[in-house]
Amino acid sequence: MTTTITRRSRLHRKEQRAALAFVAIPVIGFLLFTLFPLLFSVYASFTNWNGISAPVFKGLDNYTKMFGDRYFLQSLWNTLYMMIGIPIGLVISLGLALAMNRKMRGTTFFRTVYYLPVISSIAAVAILWQWAFNGDFGLINQGLALVGIDGPNWLQDTATVKPALIIMAIWKGLGYSMLLYLAALQSVPRYLYEAAALDGATAWQQFRHITIPMVRPVTFFLIVTSIIGGSQIFVEINIMTPTGGPEFQSASIVWYIWQKAFDNLQMGYASAMSVVLGLLVFVITFIQFRLNRRNQFSID
Amino acid sequence: MSAQNVITTPPLEPAHEIPGGAGSGKPAGPGRAGRGSRSAKETLRLGNILTTLVLSVGAIVMIAPLAWTFSTSLKTKDGVFELPPQWIPDPFVWENYARIWTAGPLLSGIQNSLIVACSVTIVGSLTSALAAFAFAKMRMPFKNVLFLGLLSGLMIPFPTLMIPQFTIFASIGWVDTLLPLIVPGLFGNIIMIFFLRQFLNSIPDSIVEAARIDGASYLQIFWTLILPAIRPALAAQFILWFMAMWNDYLAPIIYLNSPGTQTLQLVIANFNAQYAIQTDYPLIMAASFVALLPVLIVFVVFQRQIIESIALSGSKG
Repeated sequence: MTTTITRRSRLHRKEQRAALAFVAIPVIGFLLFTLFPLLFSVYASFTNWNGISAPVFKGLDNYTKMFGDRYFLQSLWNTLYMMIGIPIGLVISLGLALAMNRKMRGTTFFRTVYYLPVISSIAAVAILWQWAFNGDFGLINQGLALVGIDGPNWLQDTATVKPALIIMAIWKGLGYSMLLYLAALQSVPRYLYEAAALDGATAWQQFRHITIPMVRPVTFFLIVTSIIGGSQIFVEINIMTPTGGPEFQSASIVWYIWQKAFDNLQMGYASAMSVVLGLLVFVITFIQFRLNRRNQFSID
Repeated sequence: MSAQNVITTPPLEPAHEIPGGAGSGKPAGPGRAGRGSRSAKETLRLGNILTTLVLSVGAIVMIAPLAWTFSTSLKTKDGVFELPPQWIPDPFVWENYARIWTAGPLLSGIQNSLIVACSVTIVGSLTSALAAFAFAKMRMPFKNVLFLGLLSGLMIPFPTLMIPQFTIFASIGWVDTLLPLIVPGLFGNIIMIFFLRQFLNSIPDSIVEAARIDGASYLQIFWTLILPAIRPALAAQFILWFMAMWNDYLAPIIYLNSPGTQTLQLVIANFNAQYAIQTDYPLIMAASFVALLPVLIVFVVFQRQIIESIALSGSKG
C-alpha cells in the first residue's frame, strides 16, 4: 500500500488535495452542526442541565422520568394518532394521480392547483386554517352549515382538535404524493395493460394486479417519509394551538421538547426526549434502506 | 456553448424518460388505453368529462382556503363576521395591504428572510456543487466513507440537534442574530450534494480528463465545464432549497426574539397571535397572503422544473 502511494505521480496527489479541499467544507459542517450536536445531545440526555450551568450527570433518570411523564406520553400518543392522516392521504392522492394520468385537457392546470398547498409556507397555512376552523365564522363551519350541520369549535374541542389538524395535513400534503404517484404511473410500461386486456382482465383487476404493485416503491417511500415528517410535526401545533390544545390533546413530541427545552429550560430532559425521537426516525429510515434494497420493483 | 450542450444532453435524456411524458409538459401516460379500441371512444370521452368534473370539485376544495384568505384580507374588520359570509368583499378594503407595513415588522421580516435564504442558497449551492464534483469525478482516499458519513446525517432529525446547536450559538453570542440560521447552511446541503453527484455520474469522465491534459486546474474545470453541465439539476435543487429556507419556522423561532431580527414566518405568526385578540382578521390574512405570494409566484414561474425535479427525487428515494 505505502509503496503504491509513494509511486503515485505528483499529478495524482494534486488531484487528491483538490478533492479533499472541495469536500472539506461540507464535512466540517457535518462535524460541527450534526455529529457534535448529536453526541452532545446523547451526553446531555443523561444529565440534569438547564443550558446555562454545567450539566450534572444523572444516569438514566431522564429516561425513566419520561415514561412516567403523563405529558410526554400524551404528546407521543397525539403524534402517533395524527399519523392516521397518512394512509387516507395516500389513497386520495393515488386516486387523483390515476385521474390525472389520462390523456385529456387541463391536467397541467390541475397539477398546479393541487400542488399549491405543498409549496405554501406552513406558518401561513396554519394561520389560514386556524381561521378556517373558527367555530362561528370559519370557512369549514360555514360550509357545513350549508348542509345543515352545526360544526364544532374545531380547535377548542378535545374531540375535534386532532381531526382538524389531520384534515389540514392531508390538504397540504396531497399534491406531493399525487405528483410522485403520477410519475410512477407514467413509468408503468404500457404493454402490461395491453397484455392484461388481451387476457380479458377487467379494469379493477388491472388496477389491483398491475398498477398497485408497480407503484409500490413510491407508496413505500411516501409512507416512510410521511412517518418521518409526521413524527416531527411542530409548526401547525405551535401556531394553531399555542398551549398544546384543549387538555393537551394536540401537543406533539417536538412541541413538547421545544417547550421543555426553551420555556422550562429543562435541557437535559428535553435532550433525552429528542434522543428518543432521533432513534425512532433512525429506525424507520434504516428499515426503509433495508427494504428498498430488497424491493423488486424499481423505477429506474 | 455547443460543447457544453454536448455535455448537458446525455444526462438530461434519461431524466426525461423516467417520469414518462412529463418532459413534454403534458402527461402522456397509458391510463386505461389498453382496455378498449374504437367502440370505447365514447366511453373514454365520457370518462374524461367525469374525471374533469371530479378533479374540478377537488381543485375547488384545494383552492378554497387560499381564496378565503385573500377574500378575508380585503374585508372590513366587521365584514369578517357577516352571516352568510361574503366571498366577494363589499366594500374592497385594499387599505389592509397598506396597514400591514406599519402594524408590525413585516418589511424587516421580508428583508431578514431574503438575507437568510439568499446567502444560504447561493453560497451553499456552490459549496455543495464543489463537493459533488469531487465525489463524482475526482480520486481521493476514503471517498465513499466520507460520502456515506455525510448521507447518514440525513437520518438525524433537526429536533435532536437543536438543543446543542442552540447552546453552541448561545455561547458565542449569536442568539437573536441571523447567523445561526445562515452559517450552517453555508457549509452545503447533503441532499443537494447527493443529487448533483448522481447527475454528474451520467457525464463522461473523459471530459474532465481532457481538460486536465489541457492544463486546466480543478477549479477552472469546475467553473467552465461542471457548473454549466449541472445547471438544470442545480437550478431545481436551488429553488427547492430556497423555498425550504423561506418557509422555515422551527429554527427561527428558537433563535430570534426581538421583532427586528425575526424572519417573515415569525412575523406573520406574531401578527396572528397579536391581532386575533383584537379580531383584526383582515390584517392577519393580508400579512399571511403577502408571506405566501413570493413562493407562489416562484412556483408558477418555475413550475415545470420544480415538478420534474420533485417527481425525480421522489422516485429515486
